[in-house]
Amino acid sequence: MSQHVISVKVENKFGVLARVAGLFSARGYNIDSLSVSRTEHDDISVMTIVVRGDDRIIEQVKKQLNKLIDVIKVSDHSEQPAIHRELALVKVNCPAAKRGEILQIGELFSAEVADVSLKSITFAVKGDSEKIDRFIELTTPYGIKESMRTGIVSILKERE
Amino acid sequence: MGIAKLKIFLAITYIFLFSDKFLSYFFRRSLLKIKGSQIIVESLIKENVEYMFGYPGGVVIPIFHELYHAPFKFILSRHEQGAIHAADGYARASGKPGVVIATSGPGATNLITGIATAHMDSVPLVVFTGQVSTALIGNDAFQEVDITGITRPISKHNYLVQDVKDLARIIKEAFYIATTGRPGPVVIDVPVDISNSVHKFEYPEEVQLRGYKPTYDGHPIQISKACKLIESSKRPVIYAGGGVIISGAHEELRELVKKTGIPITTTLLGMGAYPETDPLSLEMLGMHGTYFANYAIHHSDLIIAIGARFDDRVTGKVSEFAPNAKIIHIDIDPASVSKNIQVDVPIVGDCKRILREMLKEVKAPDIAEWVEEVRRVKTTHPLQYEDKENEIKPQYVIEQIFKETDGKAIITTEVGQHQMWAAQFYKYTEPRTFISSGGLGTMGFGLPAAIGVQLARPDRRVFDIAGDGSIQMNIQELIVAAQHRLPVIVAILNNGFLGMVRQWQQLFWEKRYSHTCINFAPDFVKLADAYGCYGMRITEKADVVPAIRKALEITDRPIILDFHVSREENVYPMVPAGKTIKDTIMRELA
Repeated sequence: MSQHVISVKVENKFGVLARVAGLFSARGYNIDSLSVSRTEHDDISVMTIVVRGDDRIIEQVKKQLNKLIDVIKVSDHSEQPAIHRELALVKVNCPAAKRGEILQIGELFSAEVADVSLKSITFAVKGDSEKIDRFIELTTPYGIKESMRTGIVSILKERE
Repeated sequence: MGIAKLKIFLAITYIFLFSDKFLSYFFRRSLLKIKGSQIIVESLIKENVEYMFGYPGGVVIPIFHELYHAPFKFILSRHEQGAIHAADGYARASGKPGVVIATSGPGATNLITGIATAHMDSVPLVVFTGQVSTALIGNDAFQEVDITGITRPISKHNYLVQDVKDLARIIKEAFYIATTGRPGPVVIDVPVDISNSVHKFEYPEEVQLRGYKPTYDGHPIQISKACKLIESSKRPVIYAGGGVIISGAHEELRELVKKTGIPITTTLLGMGAYPETDPLSLEMLGMHGTYFANYAIHHSDLIIAIGARFDDRVTGKVSEFAPNAKIIHIDIDPASVSKNIQVDVPIVGDCKRILREMLKEVKAPDIAEWVEEVRRVKTTHPLQYEDKENEIKPQYVIEQIFKETDGKAIITTEVGQHQMWAAQFYKYTEPRTFISSGGLGTMGFGLPAAIGVQLARPDRRVFDIAGDGSIQMNIQELIVAAQHRLPVIVAILNNGFLGMVRQWQQLFWEKRYSHTCINFAPDFVKLADAYGCYGMRITEKADVVPAIRKALEITDRPIILDFHVSREENVYPMVPAGKTIKDTIMRELA
């Protein structure tokens, strides 16, 4: 079982997200994350799907995605050099006494302080999944009140 | 001109100018704008539609208003499921897309089984459903369902028309998508206000679908690899499926067998792709396939799969399927390749084109010994049943239908034991002559399908081989056959059981025949009479052939032949689900 980042260019049309999501549920594929956004073209959206499975499953996922009429292009970004980024919002318990300590961790991760209250700090941290995992790991001992992640967006590196 | 005359003249002019006819003529000519409902009919004319199948309802009245004077024929079913299976039968028999219409809500949901049936067996259908007005969508309006949502996983593609200006393009795309690549059903959901609003009618010449470009030509390197494998094989077997028939590759397939001398087996849906009367034919493989077909597959060193998809009813236990064979897989659907069985040489593309290329290159392997071995198994393990003088065996009935029609009939089936006997004991020699729900296994398919088949092929006799269970699932369609004077022959193999389930209960579930006994049954002969059909009950073996002959003489109405057959006859051979050829049950255990 390995994790693959699959980037899917789709027609920016009514119902496309349901088609893609439905395909995963109907065939029992596991999605770790899914993000949908617009692209430089008005009529094209991109879905970045992180899916787990053995080679045979991943191969089927790609083929089944390609079969959808509204899917324009499927590329496996795990097989090529690519940049992956996601954003997390993490609300950490933070009594005044701990503020310095926690802010320091945030600084190490270049996390933006999005909100501060008497009892908590909310960070916006971006990076690849590993970095965010690590950030969450390091802030967990203070008590995370709430956290959420956008899921990966991914773009291929340019090579001359 | 007197005043009175002038008044009359003005009155006539006034009436003429403001009459509907004139107005519509005027608007048509000057603005060229027509209603969405008219766009649908005009588009179907452009697609050379010959028959449309369906059932009216509230939100499709505008469309039916135009269908009233459409130049193609409309077949009114008595249940929407009947309409879609008829369109499916028409499509399978003719190779052209079937066209269906139903209203919103229950009309649309009644199509679901038919859409799924066509989807599983790659049948091209264009299905129109009515929808509530765009302003009401999402409000739980009367007869509203989210049919694009419901049909998403069981259709090749679907559309909700949101603007009348997209309508013609969507219809063009729907026909294109339904009939190209791996064919399938496409649903177009048309809200009633779209049918009523007007737009210019311009039917596009071409479609622009950047996300849909089926591959037709096989990769030359893959084709060469396959030819080399074939040439060096010692125990090859061809495994041909419905894809051969869909692509019209049956002649190329026959050529390939002739050129290489390789034995050939077909799937249920592949029957007719190669003449089953030929010595190299191993007939059908799989769960109820011939022992010799399964033997050949199991012992082969090379399987050449053409337009088939390694369904579980074919492979049995996947890990022990053809353990020593390399596999060449020719299929237009890349997702079918290496889905169930790992393939050595995949060739994605159209069967016909690929076989044509292969025929230029392929050389006959040296396989005389293998062919002899397979032939020997064919004689030692034939398809057989224990015929009796005082009983009508269902297999006997099928054999007699085969004989009396010289193998020239087109057979549709329902689903169950009778379907398997129809597959085993009628020998198919031409493509598109065996019409059956293979993938979905839809009971109630055969009768409506036979109506569509008979419309597509008025030159052939059409039999619906049915069970007494299945036939009752869409029996209301009999009246449609009667209305159109279609001489479809419904041969019911009546055993008073839901026989296939009963067989499983007998073999694997301690003979507990839970709710499979249905001998509390209608009188099918009286029923035939009520529907304006000709009905006969056959209880003696000696009456089987005369009844079939009598049925073949009748050409102006449907015929029901109610054969009372042996009640607990089983379908053999049988490879139990998930097992291998070693576990084949050959015949009744004493």
